[in-house]
Parts: sequence; C-alpha cells; structure tokens
Amino acid sequence: MNNIIVYCEIEDGKVADVSLELLTKGRSLANELKCKLEALVIGSDLNGIEKTLYPFGVDTVFLANDTRLYPYVTAPHAAIMIGLFKEEKPQVALLGATSIGRDLGPKVSSALHSGLTADCTSLVIGDHYEKKTDTKYDQLLYQIRPAFGGNIIATIINPDCRPQMATVREGVMKKEIMDANYVGEIKNIEVDKYLAPEHFAVKIIERHIEASKINMKGAPVVVAGGYGVGSKENFDLLYQLAEVLGGEVGASRAAVDAGLVEHDRQIGQTGLTVRPRLYIACGISGQIQHTAGMEESAMIISINNDINAPINKIADYAIHGKVEDVIPKMIKHYKANTK
Amino acid sequence: MKGLKIVVLAKQVPDTRNVGKDAMKADGTVNRAALAAIFNPEDLNALEQALRLKDKYEGSTVSILTMGPSRAAEIIREGMYRGADGGVLLTDRLFAGSDTLATSYAISQALKKMEADIIIAGRQAIDGDTAQVGPQVADKLGLTQITYAEEIIGIKENVITVKRRLERGVEVVEGPLPLVVTVNASAPECRSRNAKALLKFKHARTATELQDTSEDYIDIKNDRPELVIPEWSVVDVDADPKELGLSGSPTKVKKIENVVFTAKESKVLSDNDEDINELMRTLIESHTIG
Repeated sequence: MNNIIVYCEIEDGKVADVSLELLTKGRSLANELKCKLEALVIGSDLNGIEKTLYPFGVDTVFLANDTRLYPYVTAPHAAIMIGLFKEEKPQVALLGATSIGRDLGPKVSSALHSGLTADCTSLVIGDHYEKKTDTKYDQLLYQIRPAFGGNIIATIINPDCRPQMATVREGVMKKEIMDANYVGEIKNIEVDKYLAPEHFAVKIIERHIEASKINMKGAPVVVAGGYGVGSKENFDLLYQLAEVLGGEVGASRAAVDAGLVEHDRQIGQTGLTVRPRLYIACGISGQIQHTAGMEESAMIISINNDINAPINKIADYAIHGKVEDVIPKMIKHYKANTK
Repeated sequence: MKGLKIVVLAKQVPDTRNVGKDAMKADGTVNRAALAAIFNPEDLNALEQALRLKDKYEGSTVSILTMGPSRAAEIIREGMYRGADGGVLLTDRLFAGSDTLATSYAISQALKKMEADIIIAGRQAIDGDTAQVGPQVADKLGLTQITYAEEIIGIKENVITVKRRLERGVEVVEGPLPLVVTVNASAPECRSRNAKALLKFKHARTATELQDTSEDYIDIKNDRPELVIPEWSVVDVDADPKELGLSGSPTKVKKIENVVFTAKESKVLSDNDEDINELMRTLIESHTIG
C-alpha cells in the first residue's frame, strides 16, 4: 500500500527503455519515501520478464499475463490499472510519455480523479504548505516540467489526490541497474476480475511497428541541423561529418517541418532528449524548445552565420560561418589530425 | 447512412512556437501577453478530418466547441470560415484556473447537450502540450478513445476505421461510435478559408460580442439569429462548480519560473582553416572525439 508503481511498457517481448529509466528514478524516490518500488506489467508471453525488472530494485512485479493484452489497446490496460490502483492505493504512479503512456495516463487519472502531469523533466520529493487551509503536506512529488512552449518551468503538485501521476519522456531519466542480484516477488493479477467484453470494443486491424534504426541516445557525438542548413544537399554534409566522427544526425523541429530530415531525428522538448559528449548544432537558431533536448551535452559547438543566434549563448564554441563551408573543413582537419 | 453529428474540440492558444524578439522582456523572459492568439495547430488538423467526414457522408454537420474567454469566439468563426456549420463557446469565470481534469469535466458537460456521433480533437495544445483533455473527456463520457490519429479512413455501420501514427510505426484500428478521436500534426493540414463561408459567417457573433460591438448597421439578433454563436455558462451545462476551477483541479501549480538564457563563456571562431584545425586538435586531445 502507498507505494510507487511504474507502468512498464512491453514491445516485442522486451521492457521499453523508458520504463527501465522510470524504475531507476522510482527506486531513488522510493528510498526517500521509505516505500516499495513496484512494477505493473500488462501483456502476453511475459514469463521471465521479472528477471529484467528486479535488478532495478523492484520489490513487487504485478503481472497481468493474457494473450488478449498484447498489443496495447487502451480500455483493457486502463481497466486493469484502475482496478489495481483502487486496491493498492499507490502514492505515486509513473508512466513513459510515449504514445502508450500518454494515451493510458489521462484515462486512468480521470477515472480515479487523480492529478496527472505530462512530460516531466524532473521529479523530486518536497513539502508544501497551503496557506488558505493552513495545511502542511509532507513529502509530495514535485512534478517539474516545461510549459508554454518551453518558455517557463512549472512545478506541479497534487496535494490531496492519489496517486500522484506523472509521465516522463524517454531519455530524460538515466537507466541504471541498482543490484544485479536483487530479487523481488511476483504477484499475478487475475485479469478477469477487471475485464469485461466492452473493453475489447477497439480492434487492431493492422500494425507496422519498427524498432528505430537511429541510435541517437547512445551516440557520443550528435551533429544536428536546423532550418539554416538550407537544403537536403547540405544535410548530406552533416551525415558525412557524423559518419567520420562516429555519431548520429539530429535535427530541430524547424528542419523537420521544412522536410529536410525525417521526424525520428527531432531533438527537443517534443522530440528526443540527448546528452552526448559533443553536440554540433548546424544552422540551428536555438529556440528553447530545441535546447531543452540538448543543453546537457558535455560540449556544444554551434556553426551559424548569424553571430547573434541564441544557440551561441549556450555553445562552448561558436563558429561564425556557413555550414557548407565549415563542415568540409572540419572533416579535412579531423582526418589530418588523426592520421 | 444518416448524416453524422461531429463536434470538434478546439482551443485558442498563444503562439508559443514563434517567440520573436518583440515578445521577449528585457530580463530575457517571455511576455506572454505579446504572443498572438491562434487556433491550436493540431485542432486544425482535427477540423480537417471532421470536414472530410462531412464531405463524404451527406447530411453531416460539424460544430466547434471551445472553452475560453469571450475572444475565443474568434476561432469558432475561423472554423466556420473553413467549413464548420457553427459552434459553441463555453465561457464562465468559474472555469478559470481549471487543470486538464476540471477542463475535461466542463467540456464533457457541454458535450452531453450536443449528442455527437464523433468528437474530434487535436492531440494536444501548444501552450501545455499535455495531450490529456481528449482522453479525459472520453473517460468522463464513458466513450471509447482513439488517440494519435493520422487519418479517419471511414465509417461503416457505426464502426469507424482510423489510422494511428505512433512513434515507431502505424496502426489501423476499428472502434464503435460514438467515440473520441484525437488527431496528430502528421494528419493533413486544414483547408483554407472558403470565400462563400466567409461572406456567410463574417457577422457571426456571440451575445457578449454583440453587446460590445459598434456594428449597429445590422441587427443580427433579430434579422439573422442563425449568426448568433451560443455562449454556455456553468449553469447552462449543469456543471458542479466544485468540480471546476482551482477547487476541481487535483493538480496545483506550486511554482513558475521563467526560463532565462544565461550566457556561457563561449569562444567565437572564424571559419578559416587555422581556427578549425585548432578546434579539431583540441577536441581530439581532450578525447571528445576520435
């Protein structure tokens, strides 16, 4: 009772990275709150899945294992989650800010009349004093997120309603094994207790889901292009530089909207969050929506022909020049110096 | 098939995507009042899906439901110029301060009066980016939800077929009417204004706007009652004030901080060979690359 529950997403029989990142965060929150960390896994063919979860410090795995529960459809997953939460009364529930978590979270929060904060970038425990009612609240979950297109950072709390629910995007929290030998317990959920025929009103007719070929999160170097790159031809230069440096190509929303590059590569508040050793921002002006997804990079180089571009303020090196002139020179001098 | 009754949920939002220099205050924070008020972009994608259904299934109607202050009537008119048949403005001081859950409650109360076959909304609004109101409205009404739609393929015998665009692929699903669909920005753009509709609806006004207007050359209330955009209050939609505003919102804003760009010590380099050669050597020596 009153524990932290993380909803774990399953894709192709594996637990999604974002869920493991949330378990890592959940473990440290549970230590602070002196409660258990619990995982809720809903799907089919889940035998053995607990072995992936325990090392993250999971004390209980709630398992709903039924062939009807994969692939994900809103209503049956929501019914199980709502039913379980009514019994277990978790104080905190975390979900990935994915197309599943952002579909499931609001439905569950509405049914339980509990607050939900989307796309949190930080979760910390803190107290709160409500002047109007002279009430002190201990150890609430501060749900911190950008709002207003990233122009403000808001701290949200749910003083009275439980669970305190939050979603977090992939890559925002770090994934870290706590103890490879940690063992918790499995609690099998009797799904028929929660499911009714009407929960299966939506049927999946076709499904084409591909694992992303782009490994942006693991890349030590990200070469990202903005609207200022100007053309697909110039974007090819970014691919060449990324290949030479062993990195990946990213993009700002403006470059994606202009059709210069595919959506999967978008970095920023509404895209991926990266923190590589080196981030090279090419023709990116540096709107806050973009910098939210890359500002924690260890080193930032900006290439821009506008010396006043906002990105230059957060760059370690600002190269004043055109992308198409600078990148070939970078490739040339890199090769010359590594021979 | 009989015509469909379609309601599009739309929101007027500040244009947070284009925070230009004019909207920045001297301290580096955003002057929210200086941002233009626009039709939330994904709600326009939703409107287009609704209008395509109207084109396809004869006798269908599209109305816009929005919640906001008086000036939010602008987006109802904008929707009418693009092909919607009408709209309702849900407006009341008691709605102020509502979080997504209280907002969803208010909207669901209004929808109870509208008897829609399909409710279509944008996936999320650019001022909050939460994507919560669509699913929460569906929950409050006990309706099926289909989120992340890219295309409503069609409707047959009360079953809708929808193509969903997810992070790593697509899904085609079927669900029974009535239901709530939320639409992604990857869906087709909304058609532009139509000259005939613009002429027809340019005098459409809410009662509040009519009070304030100087357009006395036309007595809309009496001569053209079809041009009066209804305004619904908390009482009109039979909502419980305790479930609205701050008291009805489980989430509270504890703190707001403005994002300020703080300058780092950045080194400015030219694009000549010497500078770039020096940079690449530094990066290799520090094991940043190579």
